[in-house]
Amino acid sequence: MTAESEQKSDQVISIENLSLTFQTSDAPVHALADIDLQVEQGAFVSLIGPSGCGKTTLLRVIADLETPTSGAISVNGVTPHEARLQRAYGYVFQAASLYPWRNIAKNVALPLEIMSLPKAERERRIKANLELVDLAGFEKKYPWQLSGGMQQRASIARALAVEPALLLMDEPFGALDEIVRDHLNEQLLQLWAKTSKTVVFVTHSIPEAVFLSTHIVVMSPRPGRIHEIIVNDLPAERTLDVRETPEFLQIANRVRAGLRASHSYDDIT
Amino acid sequence: MKSLRGALVLIATVAAAIALIAGLWIGPLISVAAFIALFVSCQCGFSLLRTDPMDANSSVVWQDRAIVIAMLSFGTVFGSYVLLHQLGIFESADSPEPGFAFYSLVVSIWALGWLLVEWLADIDSRRGFVRRILGVVIPVLFGAGLLMLWEVLTRALDVPQVLLPSPSAIAERFGNSLSVLWADFKQTFLKAVLIGYAMGCGSGFLIAILIDRSPFLQRGLLPVGNLVSALPIVGIAPIMVMWFGFDWPSKAAVVVVMTFFPMLVNTISGLAASDHMQLDLMKTYAANYWQNLFKLRLPQAAPFIFNALKINSTLALIGAIVAEFFGTPIVGMGFRISTEVGRMNVDMVWAEIAVAAVAGSCFYGLIALIERMLTFWHPSVRSGR
Repeated sequence: MTAESEQKSDQVISIENLSLTFQTSDAPVHALADIDLQVEQGAFVSLIGPSGCGKTTLLRVIADLETPTSGAISVNGVTPHEARLQRAYGYVFQAASLYPWRNIAKNVALPLEIMSLPKAERERRIKANLELVDLAGFEKKYPWQLSGGMQQRASIARALAVEPALLLMDEPFGALDEIVRDHLNEQLLQLWAKTSKTVVFVTHSIPEAVFLSTHIVVMSPRPGRIHEIIVNDLPAERTLDVRETPEFLQIANRVRAGLRASHSYDDIT
Repeated sequence: MKSLRGALVLIATVAAAIALIAGLWIGPLISVAAFIALFVSCQCGFSLLRTDPMDANSSVVWQDRAIVIAMLSFGTVFGSYVLLHQLGIFESADSPEPGFAFYSLVVSIWALGWLLVEWLADIDSRRGFVRRILGVVIPVLFGAGLLMLWEVLTRALDVPQVLLPSPSAIAERFGNSLSVLWADFKQTFLKAVLIGYAMGCGSGFLIAILIDRSPFLQRGLLPVGNLVSALPIVGIAPIMVMWFGFDWPSKAAVVVVMTFFPMLVNTISGLAASDHMQLDLMKTYAANYWQNLFKLRLPQAAPFIFNALKINSTLALIGAIVAEFFGTPIVGMGFRISTEVGRMNVDMVWAEIAVAAVAGSCFYGLIALIERMLTFWHPSVRSGR
């Protein structure tokens, strides 16, 4: 997670001195300024910060949904554009964004159809990934017949079906209630441990960030920049109970202190 | 709703009582019908007084309802039969004019018919097939009641045929001119409307996709489309006759002009209906233009496109019929309407109107049915399932 290790082959994402300015009609908005970030293979990196700190924009730059104004970025050793065309990542949005005219199985099949995979392989991946997110038996249901949590799980299965080594998640559980959220957090952690994927996870919840991540990137707004990168040394095997331990609370306090020090804490309370 | 029913019961009862008294001098049939109407309306009144809205679903209430509906059905059907029978008598030579008793009975039967529909509409069944049957029966009863009233009033009041022929006269004319009506239908609907509709909707759809792809066309073609939609049909119809001749192609051309623009505008807004997140999702899959179009944007546009198809189904029929007023071979629904009006054969005009109404409704209904099947996922359809 340091800037000088860019040549190492296990860097999945390498960002150097990256800035992004949106030109608006009145004044330019500095969404991202001087971002340096290295993400190693197998890391679980959370981007945390108040609204408007550029955490979603940073994720969208990695996904080639936004183009940076200056600086260098590589994903899997190539530009984000090439990485996108190679389908190097799976992206989970804030909302499930399932297509209502497709049933759950067909929604998971959508990226696979676009990749023109053979039918047998599609079927295999649909089955495997729906089982992974606990949705086996809901293949024929339509999105509007499922609860919000189930829809979001289906959208995670859809992202996983691409079988990407890199998973980009933009506040995927933001719209869900706390109970469902806890449950999905636990499932996500198990999934990450099982598949050794690299995950970049945007959140504005401190407990969620501490519970899930190996690295927590604290960001501050106006302009969006990285304030601090906290390495989370909690054991990799975590259950929800870990949130009661002093070690957990200590890291949570460091994150909170980081957010406060970046003069942005007032904005998120 | 109870006060409306109370008023209807009161009207039916009073009118039946008057008919009963006045009918004693006219004939036994009117008296019998009036007596039955009186009896049935009184039963309805008692039922209204008995029913407590708090226990609307108890079996007693259900039984009560069933009896009332059965009696109302019998009363209205028998009463209608008597009214029609009496009309036949009035129309034969040296017979009395329809009098006070007759019109009172009409009012009474009309009120009973309304009450019957009210009572039927009250059935709130959870069973799907009962609801579906009611969905057919109630409008059919309503329409039949309207036709009945139209028949009785036009014949009893001797309305001149040029103003408003009775339904039976129209039906008779309809039955006697089936071959002519079929030829007109073939010429206007099967040729001009369907072909013009397919070409207008098809070209509107394709050009919408082109416009969506190219900003240049968006600036150039959309204003032209706007202009075309503002052209008055009575202006373009003669011009199309000059261009494409007297036969159906000129009518189809008018239909194309009328249906093109609604399809164009609706498809363009439909293609813009996909939200950012859905488009970003397709981008993360590195989907190409056609995959994006067929897997996201067209399904998302389907409700808009069907909207245009439905609007156009009625526009096309109007366009083809009106276009035939401006030069046509001696066949076609519009031609027939314009010439038969000139010959004061208003019953034939009404027969053509009936053909147009049935054809237009079936056309619209067919498209609505396909829409329900294809856009089952849309909230507007979903709630109905």
